[in-house]
Amino acid sequence: MSKMIEVRWHGRGGQGAKTAALLFAQAVLSTGKYIQAFPEYGPERMGAPVQSFNRVSDDPITVHCSVTEPNYVVILDPSLIEAVDVTEGVGTQGKVIVNTSFSAEEMAKKLGIAKEQVYVVDASKISNETIGQNRPNTPMLGALVKVIGTLDIEGVLKDTRAKLEVKFRSKPEVIDGNITSIQRAYDEVKNS
Amino acid sequence: MVKPIFSKGKIVAKTGNEMMAEAMRQIAPDVVAAYPITPATEIVQIFSQFVADGKVPTEFVAVESEHSAMSATIAASVAGARAMTGTSSQGFALMWEMLYIAAGLRLPIVMAEVNRALSAPINIHGDQSDTMGARDAGWIQIYSEDPQEAYDNMIQSVRIAEAAKLPTMVTTDGFIISHCMAAAEVYPDEDVKEFVGTYKPERYLLDYKRPFTLGSIEMQDYYFEHRYQLAQAQRDAKKIILDVAKDFKNKFGREYGFYEKYKMDDAEVAIVTIGSAAGTTKAVINELREKGIKAGLIKIRIFRPFPADEIAKDLANVKALAVLDRADSCSGTFAPVYSDVVAAMYANGVTGPKTENYVYGLGGREIDMTHIADVFKHLDEVAKGKAQASKTVEYINVRIK
Amino acid sequence: MKNEEKKPTAAELPAGGIVEAGTAAQFKTGPWRSIKPVWSKEKCKACMICWIYCPDASIQVADGKVTGIDYDHCKGCGICSKECKFGAITMEAEKK
Repeated sequence: MSKMIEVRWHGRGGQGAKTAALLFAQAVLSTGKYIQAFPEYGPERMGAPVQSFNRVSDDPITVHCSVTEPNYVVILDPSLIEAVDVTEGVGTQGKVIVNTSFSAEEMAKKLGIAKEQVYVVDASKISNETIGQNRPNTPMLGALVKVIGTLDIEGVLKDTRAKLEVKFRSKPEVIDGNITSIQRAYDEVKNS
Repeated sequence: MVKPIFSKGKIVAKTGNEMMAEAMRQIAPDVVAAYPITPATEIVQIFSQFVADGKVPTEFVAVESEHSAMSATIAASVAGARAMTGTSSQGFALMWEMLYIAAGLRLPIVMAEVNRALSAPINIHGDQSDTMGARDAGWIQIYSEDPQEAYDNMIQSVRIAEAAKLPTMVTTDGFIISHCMAAAEVYPDEDVKEFVGTYKPERYLLDYKRPFTLGSIEMQDYYFEHRYQLAQAQRDAKKIILDVAKDFKNKFGREYGFYEKYKMDDAEVAIVTIGSAAGTTKAVINELREKGIKAGLIKIRIFRPFPADEIAKDLANVKALAVLDRADSCSGTFAPVYSDVVAAMYANGVTGPKTENYVYGLGGREIDMTHIADVFKHLDEVAKGKAQASKTVEYINVRIK
Repeated sequence: MKNEEKKPTAAELPAGGIVEAGTAAQFKTGPWRSIKPVWSKEKCKACMICWIYCPDASIQVADGKVTGIDYDHCKGCGICSKECKFGAITMEAEKK
């Protein structure tokens, strides 16, 4: 049995952490993997720290407990680092992807983990330039796919485009902007 | 690689609620009367959107409470309609008196139920206290491990309910499954419709050519016979449930029974449970099997009618077993599933296995692989005579002292 | 009157407590009566007031005219007598 991948998303209420996990799951499913996506439900307030989770596997996924030792952590909002223990359960092997303009070295210091575990991408800047709004959740999909390394970015882009085409039929610029943002984050995410 | 089992099936990423709403759209009942409540809100919301978008011809009745939801569903069913509803927790509790009426009148209503804790304290998360409390209401109870099962169970429930003339509830664990997106297979509308068929009630109140009275008073001389009928209908429903499961397997390829046996053939230690925790238990069993521990699982799907003789037989050869209940009976002794399992064993002369009862996961409290591994570890010690089984209910992952 | 009817078993009863329509006619409530209405064909103007008011549908009618009282079901409430504007229905003690 191949190893299951577990992902934890950190965001603030309203930033789309749940949506990102759902989009990621749908896109990865389209490439033939088994998936799970589920949010952590608590008091839901705009701005409050929230989490969501993914599991990805080549085999059927039967576990239904929380993700406590994620292989990947995606941080949509770097200001959460002071508010939440974002590296909980990451250990020495887990990888953390941060939406930030800082370098991986600088983020590693803030996070208190090894530089090798940290990836950075300025998803807010990318989304401002491609979608025209600060919506880092979509580009972070691309960054996550890149860092995981074993997923098929072309399949993910194709599935996401198909989903967006249904939702934004009358706004083709939104579709292109989102797709470009995923591709750019995929290209720009770095470990330095 | 995710692949459909049914030749015309399609793989989708959907949550438990989405799958239940999808099944309802495909079944296209005549009437749905419902009131939204977390975590079942989406079922009602998605379905009413289907109605608004003209994707299903169902008459949707937006009622002012769950008591009214069940009342309107009963009325529709009595009138001759295929009628459904959906709810959870407090909403389910508010339906209470009507649940018994639906069963007593022998109406084949189907309910999509999302298991959630009961107040107080207020809690929106998953446990099975709500439906476990109604286990003696006369409804068939079908529990689902994941979104796929929720969908498949909904489709089967319509035929089961109508053949047994018993209301049937299909449940998922609140949030854990209701809001968990997973890979699942949906079947084409026409295949679901063909499987479900059309509802042809023998008697219905809008049949003005054969008028009748329903819901009349029955005193000491008649009431008991009708309640006996209800209990007997549950016993008779067992064959119906298996027949429908057989047809379902022939049509769509997925196998269902009263319960799922996972690695039980040579199991020495076993867990019996219901719902999503069964999935987590399977993952633990896979790990234990690699270490040479003969662990197994019985995941109960049909809790009412209770498959007593079958379960007793399948547990006869284990050395120690634990029943994991996601509801407490507050009886001072044991929780609901354990009580039925052990009564079934005793009645069938199965007194060999040591038995243990755990209550877990109330209010959505985490149950992870380590908790389940601990249960198996204890069972292994009990099986080897190194530890004693407890004489009372034990609790998993709760702060006691 | 002792009820000697054989009651159906659970196996014989229709499921769900279905009771066929019209069974009230089979249930004789006449013996409940202590006084009974006596109808006078001569005084009756066929205004049908008694038929409207009778709670037990015990005013017998044919061709739009009253023809008598259904003593199998009349409970002797006296409403017909009270409402009759022509004194066509009088209440008399049951002599049993």
